[in-house]
Amino acid sequence: MLAKRIIPCLDIKDGQTVKGTNFVNLRQAGDPIELGKAYSEAGADELVYLDITASHEGRKTFTELVGRIAREINIPFTVGGGINELKDVDRLLNAGADKVSINSAALRRPELIDEIVKNFGSQVCVVAIDAKCDDMIHPAGHPDIDGTWTCYMNGGRVPTERNLFEWAQEVNERGAGEILFTSMNHDGVKNGYADCALRKLSDNLTIPVIASGGAGSREHFRDTFINGHSDAALAASVFHFGEIPIPELKKYLISEGVNVRI
Amino acid sequence: MYYIFIEDSLKSVTFVPKFVVSLNMNVAIIKYNAGNIGSVENAVRRLGIEPLVTDSPELIKNADRVIFPGQGEAKSTMEYLKAHKLDELIKSLTQPVLGICIGMQLLCKHSEEQDTDCLGIFDVDVKRFIPQVHEHKVPQMGWNTVEDTKSELFKGFEKPEFVYFIHSFYAPLCKETIATTNYIQPYSSALHKDNFFATQFHPEKSGSVGERIIKNFIDL
Repeated sequence: MLAKRIIPCLDIKDGQTVKGTNFVNLRQAGDPIELGKAYSEAGADELVYLDITASHEGRKTFTELVGRIAREINIPFTVGGGINELKDVDRLLNAGADKVSINSAALRRPELIDEIVKNFGSQVCVVAIDAKCDDMIHPAGHPDIDGTWTCYMNGGRVPTERNLFEWAQEVNERGAGEILFTSMNHDGVKNGYADCALRKLSDNLTIPVIASGGAGSREHFRDTFINGHSDAALAASVFHFGEIPIPELKKYLISEGVNVRI
Repeated sequence: MYYIFIEDSLKSVTFVPKFVVSLNMNVAIIKYNAGNIGSVENAVRRLGIEPLVTDSPELIKNADRVIFPGQGEAKSTMEYLKAHKLDELIKSLTQPVLGICIGMQLLCKHSEEQDTDCLGIFDVDVKRFIPQVHEHKVPQMGWNTVEDTKSELFKGFEKPEFVYFIHSFYAPLCKETIATTNYIQPYSSALHKDNFFATQFHPEKSGSVGERIIKNFIDL
């Protein structure tokens, strides 16, 4: 049976990880490759590296880093951040990334999805969607599908006219390989993923959905797989600060009847 | 066999076997219009071998091992192989050959993907996954187990192991099946006939399990 995936996300600035300094026993805690290897050893199923630098030099550093990751890491990894056009995708795939994640650029020009799919295949195209529910009844997240979910761009700073479910459907139809959905209401709150919205997405789409934003405990992972029907769960701080070690998380998920790779 | 020592985030200690392979082995990776070839090159390098990524018939013919990797679409890759006369070359190879993902599908007889006639090493036709329930998303993307393994390729496997898949088409079970995976239905996740071996999954992205498979292939 296809396993549910656990995906740590690493934010990269000037070639170094931004979070993760509490990660113990690494020779170099800020080194994205050391950290990626440690996660891979611990049982992470994939990795996401997000470039949060804005400068031209930063982009160059990141591309070089992607090449090093590809040489050293033996599990799939996705890269995102600052991908605006096809030549950015080409550059990162050439450097050795398995998938690229696009967000604002797809909202600005949805045809970019078609172009990536046509040139490189669906499997490389992850579309990240940041959305916020404007009239959510419970801040904790339930029930959260009745409100209006609006897509945001530029790192959650700029609202768009797009509705989450309509945009996700379009992304699916344009041929993207996966959707990475971050609920801005849930992100950073550590109160669980937006499982009602995730379930609606997952049940209406034909491509895998990655849950992002809200992981605070191992139960939240179980809930997003069982109740949210998520295919994968992404988290950053709970892994970086060692709050939830991946081997223990996976043991727990198996005991709860979730199929994960061990 | 020797070991390197890694301390992981749990303050526990794990042993990671660092494989020793025949370093003078001449491994050719066939270069053509498919993606993901660099990942295979990196994986072979991690075993301590410098592979040749090439479309030169001479170099491919003279290699000790040939890997036919890739991610892509059957029709355009098959057309490329024909245009570059790599189709006949691949069929004529006598050393161990490992097809990976689209490389495996191209070694089959025919693919439903754009109704493509393939190389016909394996006597099986590649079909498209048809979802039966909503949970069946296509492509299959992620980690699934290989079971009923019967080949030197899976030497050292004692239980079903997880490997990484991305594919929308599959080879049904047949007499050349050497590993089975279940997605929508049981199908061939690896095939073997004479000197030709092939995996539907990506050993180069399958962690230490995948490394073992590539090492087993080189050690054949």
